[in-house]
Amino acid sequence: MKVGTPVTPVKTPMTELPSASGLKVIVSSVASDAHTWNLVFLQLLLEELGHRVANLGACVPDELLVEECRRQRPDLVVISSVNGHGANDGRRVIRELRGHPETAAIPVVIGGKLGIDGADSTDQAGLLEAGFDAVFEEGASLASFGSFLRSIPAGVTT
Amino acid sequence: MTVPARRPAPAAPPQPLPPGSFGAFVSAARAAGRLVVQPRMGMSDPRAMRAGLAATRAADATTVGTLTIDSYTRVGDQAAARRALADGVPLNGYPLVTYDPAVTRSVLDGIQDHTFPVQVRHGSAAPQDIVAALLLAGLDATEGGPVSYCLPYGRTPLTASVENWVRSCELLARTRDHGVEPHLETFGGCMMGQLCPPSLLVALSVLEALFFAQHGLRSVSLSYAQGTDPAQDEEALHALRRLADVLLPDLDRHIVVYTYMGVYPRTPDGARLLLEESARLAVRTGAARLIVKTAAEAHRIPTVRENAAALEAAARAAEAETAQAAAARAETARAEATQAAAARAAAAPAEAASRPGAGEAAASRLAVRPVPDTGIHAEASALVQAVLEISPDLGRALPLAFERGYLDVPYCLHPDNAQRTRSYLDTDGRLRWSAIGSMPLGGIVELAHEPRLTSGGLLSALRHVEQRFDAAALDPSPTHRPLGDGHRPPARAALLEEGR
Ligand code: B12
Repeated sequence: MKVGTPVTPVKTPMTELPSASGLKVIVSSVASDAHTWNLVFLQLLLEELGHRVANLGACVPDELLVEECRRQRPDLVVISSVNGHGANDGRRVIRELRGHPETAAIPVVIGGKLGIDGADSTDQAGLLEAGFDAVFEEGASLASFGSFLRSIPAGVTT
Repeated sequence: MTVPARRPAPAAPPQPLPPGSFGAFVSAARAAGRLVVQPRMGMSDPRAMRAGLAATRAADATTVGTLTIDSYTRVGDQAAARRALADGVPLNGYPLVTYDPAVTRSVLDGIQDHTFPVQVRHGSAAPQDIVAALLLAGLDATEGGPVSYCLPYGRTPLTASVENWVRSCELLARTRDHGVEPHLETFGGCMMGQLCPPSLLVALSVLEALFFAQHGLRSVSLSYAQGTDPAQDEEALHALRRLADVLLPDLDRHIVVYTYMGVYPRTPDGARLLLEESARLAVRTGAARLIVKTAAEAHRIPTVRENAAALEAAARAAEAETAQAAAARAETARAEATQAAAARAAAAPAEAASRPGAGEAAASRLAVRPVPDTGIHAEASALVQAVLEISPDLGRALPLAFERGYLDVPYCLHPDNAQRTRSYLDTDGRLRWSAIGSMPLGGIVELAHEPRLTSGGLLSALRHVEQRFDAAALDPSPTHRPLGDGHRPPARAALLEEGR
């Protein structure tokens, strides 16, 4: 798998960001997951809430995500995966992120369809233990994601 | 090179296919008037995979089997696949490259034969290892394409994907030396699964089939994924057939329809209604094969039982549509005969009776049930022609076409996609262009005012089909019950009104 450059975020007609006080957010898939509608949706949603988004796109290798986090110093990383490998890939990449001093403290959440047997079968406790700050498996309301976002301070890691 | 308006005489008649090959199996079923149905099925456990193939074969339907490959193998991360198997983590498909070929042969043994071909479905922009593994396991049918398994599937550069696909095609084509006829299906009829206007799907499917032919394949199928509107889909499938007839005259080829590839209905009945609509679409348009979706689609990887149920539901819907078309033909023939008799009785000149083919002609006209031409064929032809004008060598032309934006897939984040086009759903639920970027469609398509893209707007476009069919499933009137309930199939016109 080639490590490419981050893809251009979807070109939304919203060029003016409502506020500079929003969070700097990286939206990313995991290494094996090609789905992108989830990423486009989350990018638009976050932008509408006033945050700045870098969308890394599909099939993001662990090293690329770590590298982008070191370079961009985001306030929050939102990982989305729906192909059923999300929990497995997520456990691996969060270990990487927590293992680097520069990225260890960045809040990281994961959501989507994380296993192959439906929302109820995911080991959410295991993911939290591995280092995620929150897990939003399908069925979790976007409202709870909204309140989580409001709890994140901007500019802490910069 | 331009797209000729008429079908040229074939340079040489297509050679007969070896019996038992994928293409020959599908042609035989088509000649017998039976739609071939196929699952998208893949499990990481070889025993489960074998049980799935056995259930597919045993299903009360004309079926072919599928090995759907897991995502680690798709992106070439064999180490991750191996680790997952060792740790007992279930995968979203069958890790074909990781298992020893003997394991896969034991999965297939006694199930795959000339009455039950098996195809490998993978989603890889670098499929050489997958193709090598399927050949070692004794298989010779697969699918994909240099564009369709690149842009929506990751970040491999398009030029690298093209090189990989050239090598993979050659690998497959070489098996002809051993007396088999390998089969390759385009995935170009399904870019991003949803919200891609039909003309671009048709063009890409045709272009990928041409690419396969240039690299030695002689038995191909052209895909098209069910969209948001049955009339639009019907028009697109006729356009696909017309273009394939003109551009691929010497190949063994058939058309394969995919049941809706976007956000799927959540209710079991909604899922079934959408599946049945796709089966009827396939029959009406003369497609030879249908790849189904299950009632689990919106939620998780389906079980073997759910797959078998979907295959049988699709087969029943196809049979009902075939029978209905036959009845309509018989009805017309009867009406014509009565008319002719009345004419004779009125001692009119024996003109009507001297036209023995009249009834047949009228009947076949009815069977085709032409839909209005909204320009899909013209758009698709313009796209295909623009690519072929760059270079007749598609391996060269395709990356350049994307670089110049002549081909540009809406909502596709891949770095090699220009991202200057956009689509939307009009108030009738038809997919339309709102921005064409540099695609050569100026003057052909009528552009709508581009609606501002919001997360809510995107989500409602993505969920349009889901909501329409879930609403229909929750409607208690008998016209909306799926076939299995012992009721009549839902009327097309009625379904169109749902969910808005
Ligand atoms: C479209 C689609 C595709 C397209 C994707 C094109 C693209 N580039 O995006 C194509 C056809 C290419 C595709 C391919 C595959 N797919 Co697919 N695909 C779908 C489908 C039909 C719709 C997904 C979609 O577009 N949703 C729209 C978005 C907006 O919604 P969403 O992704 O569900 O996300 C919502 C929530 O989950 C939430 N959310 C998501 N992430 C996060 C994160 C956070 C933090 C929060 C708060 C919320 C959140 O927000 C969204 C809005 O509510 C689904 C089934 C379905 N849902 O109907 C299957 C599905 C996701 N695919 C699936 C699979 C397995 C695959 C394949 C591996 C092939 C296969 N084996 O069948 C390949 C992927 C290859 C790879 N390397 O990963 C499975 C996953 C199984 C599972 N998890 O149990 C599904 C569920 C189908 C199924 N039942 O088998 N697919």
